[in-house]
Amino acid sequence: MGNNQKNVIELEEVVVKFAGDSGDGMQLTGNQFSDASASFGNDLSTFPDYPSEIRAPQGTVAGVSGFQVHIGNKAVQTPGDLADVLIALNPAALKTNMKWVKPGATIIIDIDNFDNKHYKKAGYIEDPLHDNSLKGYTLIKAPITSLSRATVNSLELDIDHKTADKTRNQFVMGLLFWLFNRDVKKGEEFIVKKFAKKPDLVTINKAVLFAGYNYAETVEAIATQFNINPAKNRKGTFRQVTGNAATAWGLIAGTQKAGVKLFLGSYPITPATEILQELSLHKYLDVKTFQAEDEIAGICSAIGASFAGSLGVTTTSGPGLALKTEAAGLAVITELPLVIVDVQRGGPSTGLPTKTEQSDLMQAIYGRHGESPLPVIAASTPGNCFKFAFEAVRIALEHMTPVILLTDGYLANGTELWEIPNVDKLPEIIPPLVKDNDPDFQPYRRDPEKLNRFWAIPGQEGLQHRIGGLEKSDIYGAVSHDPFNHEVMSKYRAGKVQKIENYIPEQKIIGNPKGGELLIIGWGGTFGALNVAVTELREEGYDISLAHFNYIFPLPKNTKEVFSKFKKHLVCELNLGQFVDYLRSQHPEFSYQQYNKIQGLPFFIKELKNKFKKTLEEK
Amino acid sequence: MTQSQTKLTRADFQIDGQVKWCAGCGGYPILAAVQKALPETGVTKENVVFISGIGCSSRFPYYMKTYGFHTLHGRALPIASGLKISRPDLHVWVATGDGDSMAIGGNHFIHTIRRNINLNIMIFNNKIYGLTKGQYSPTTPLGSITKTSPHGTIENPFLPGELTIAAQGTFFARVVDKEPKGMESVFIDAAKHDGTSVIEILQNCVIFNNDIHEQIVAKDVRDDRMILLEHDKKMIFGKENDKGLILDGQEIKAVKIGENGITMDDILVHDKKTQNPNIHYMLARMTYPELPVAIGVIRSVDQPTYEAMLDEQVEHAKKNSKIKDLKGLLHSGNIFEIK
Repeated sequence: MGNNQKNVIELEEVVVKFAGDSGDGMQLTGNQFSDASASFGNDLSTFPDYPSEIRAPQGTVAGVSGFQVHIGNKAVQTPGDLADVLIALNPAALKTNMKWVKPGATIIIDIDNFDNKHYKKAGYIEDPLHDNSLKGYTLIKAPITSLSRATVNSLELDIDHKTADKTRNQFVMGLLFWLFNRDVKKGEEFIVKKFAKKPDLVTINKAVLFAGYNYAETVEAIATQFNINPAKNRKGTFRQVTGNAATAWGLIAGTQKAGVKLFLGSYPITPATEILQELSLHKYLDVKTFQAEDEIAGICSAIGASFAGSLGVTTTSGPGLALKTEAAGLAVITELPLVIVDVQRGGPSTGLPTKTEQSDLMQAIYGRHGESPLPVIAASTPGNCFKFAFEAVRIALEHMTPVILLTDGYLANGTELWEIPNVDKLPEIIPPLVKDNDPDFQPYRRDPEKLNRFWAIPGQEGLQHRIGGLEKSDIYGAVSHDPFNHEVMSKYRAGKVQKIENYIPEQKIIGNPKGGELLIIGWGGTFGALNVAVTELREEGYDISLAHFNYIFPLPKNTKEVFSKFKKHLVCELNLGQFVDYLRSQHPEFSYQQYNKIQGLPFFIKELKNKFKKTLEEK
Repeated sequence: MTQSQTKLTRADFQIDGQVKWCAGCGGYPILAAVQKALPETGVTKENVVFISGIGCSSRFPYYMKTYGFHTLHGRALPIASGLKISRPDLHVWVATGDGDSMAIGGNHFIHTIRRNINLNIMIFNNKIYGLTKGQYSPTTPLGSITKTSPHGTIENPFLPGELTIAAQGTFFARVVDKEPKGMESVFIDAAKHDGTSVIEILQNCVIFNNDIHEQIVAKDVRDDRMILLEHDKKMIFGKENDKGLILDGQEIKAVKIGENGITMDDILVHDKKTQNPNIHYMLARMTYPELPVAIGVIRSVDQPTYEAMLDEQVEHAKKNSKIKDLKGLLHSGNIFEIK
């Protein structure tokens, strides 16, 4: 690695935060860095942090966009609490992110933007470089803008100012490649791929990448290089994946394994839109997407497609789920397969659309009129959105029911290094189809074990039948207002969903399967943070275990048994206590404690460990 | 689409059970006309699907011996859309009312039409909410006294044809529930039209809005107050076929042939196939007493359907995609082999 006379410090892991204006390409820079780290063999997790405004005024706090990358030589399960390295392209980015960096962190700023004009825009009263607020940090004042411009100008191409300034992120990248002892060729490859059709952009971005790298190597202000070795015990074929992409691919995988076509009816909504965008790219896999005129039309078109023999799917976030509830009830009473994906965000109402939360749980389990049970499952990492999307398809088709799959903004936009599954080894999904002209077919005749009805599809000969929102008679499916029949049918619908517990895996305990002092209970997207906190405390000798739930309704059959092995139960979730209330109603024999956070942010490992230690100490 | 091998009859579409509309309801002749028209369209029984929303009209699927789906208030069209887009081989009919399609389902109505999805939409327009027992609907005439407008309505009604054509509809027809032959022939035309067909049926509600259309459709006045539009034929009407429509400046005007120097040559010829919607729009908007109400197929133009264009995209993607299967998709982009 060139002229290497500087210190090299070996690290197990590092968290890097990129922050600048929304238009500065922070996400691209973060992806480039994480790709280079992945190809080096590090494990990683990333998370973007962006405002709901697309381009808020430049240089202001409202316009700051960020991207956090956590890399390590062991399993990395969260994007990290606080950053070891912060790159702040302007004072607003520094101001917004100072509370998210570790004491003593390395802070790289673009000194060209640290002037009175920018301080004013960022709302600084004092010059932060001279008010002692950065004391104790390693501050690298790099002239990123001026050196990037100078590099581009020296090439004597016909490049305008604006385009030249867009290369600044490559300067940062070069600097980081040097700082983290990375092969700069990987950065070059990324640029060549990214700007494949624009040779001028390849030239200038490459030049600026090297300028950043050489600057770091040369300048005395940067005295230390860091080295993070490749992750051990991790072999296979990996890729980065966001939760939304993994969800889209899991839906495709599930429908392929079932031999049915995938139909997505959806309306764009943050942070779920990327699932619709992703699926609209894959028509060659017989996927049809329909961007409906509203949330209701989204779910209704999906129901129509399911009636006609496809698997209808609709994707949304909290406000959209609210609009879809009446139609979800129709899918419940007509007992059609349907997958509803709710990528949760901060609510109520428009709330915090770009921030994460777990506050749609009650809406998912109970948020419909009438007795309207449907299964609810939740993904817990960006990568396993694939697995649980597949599971949602399986449950919907094999049990003839709408299913809600909960993910959240944190999973949806975050990435992890994901081991690509072998699609040939995924289990088959077998929908309860009917043969043409089957004399025994009746619309509401049921499978005696699962209690599902059977799926006769328009176009099939001799199976013409009518379904609808009005209550139907048992077996024959005629419109029925008979009071006893309604009770029978209501119980069938509830029983069918409850019986799914026989077709899902048992709840696992991470830690001591025999039990112990404290059981941490979580669900969905908080898995990474809870798992790291529990694992670290166990390594420190604490008697603590984790039960993290993916199957919410119905709960795994051994839930009570799992809980009964522990003295204390602490339910942690990003809301005011929805899962804990649900558990109190399902398994009231335990006295649950709760730990809740509702800031639009994920759990931090540090705060979890503090809380867990305190809970262990309490008598 | 699949065509029937043996000729079907009305009985093939009749249910064994009871039809439960009020005695004298306009629903009965509509149902009969649909059951008679379907065999003429060459469909097979199992390839026909009836979708409906909520309201008296929306009980329709229960009375057809086909696949059927009685859905949610206002939502028949998005459900039918998803069904048709995923299965273009099926013949999809929608039964809806003036409340179901124009009020709670108004948004879906315009969007379905502009997409030109091949659905046959029958709007049972009785200008009242029947199933909830007599409140005004979006097509109720201004000033009408109903249960929720005891002092008269103070909102302008929609004309379904006006809305259809404004939403870039490719097929609009108007029929009367009292005229079985007219309904049958229009239903056959609608079924044959490749695109969204909207059929407004002037339907009587015996209980809550009896005789609402009588001033136009009553036997003794109908010839002078309605005009049956036929493609490529002169727009003439009247008991003696002595009246016609002309274009006077930018307005359609009803005239008497032989008076004021008007001859047959001045009378407009109906062209349902012209892409330009302007005349169709004017014809759809004609209301009594200023003008006769237009009956028959007002507009029927060829335009590509949503589902055909989507299927084209799917086929194109299958042929041209570099990635061929799910495995290829998962392994596309930056892959890291870690050994």
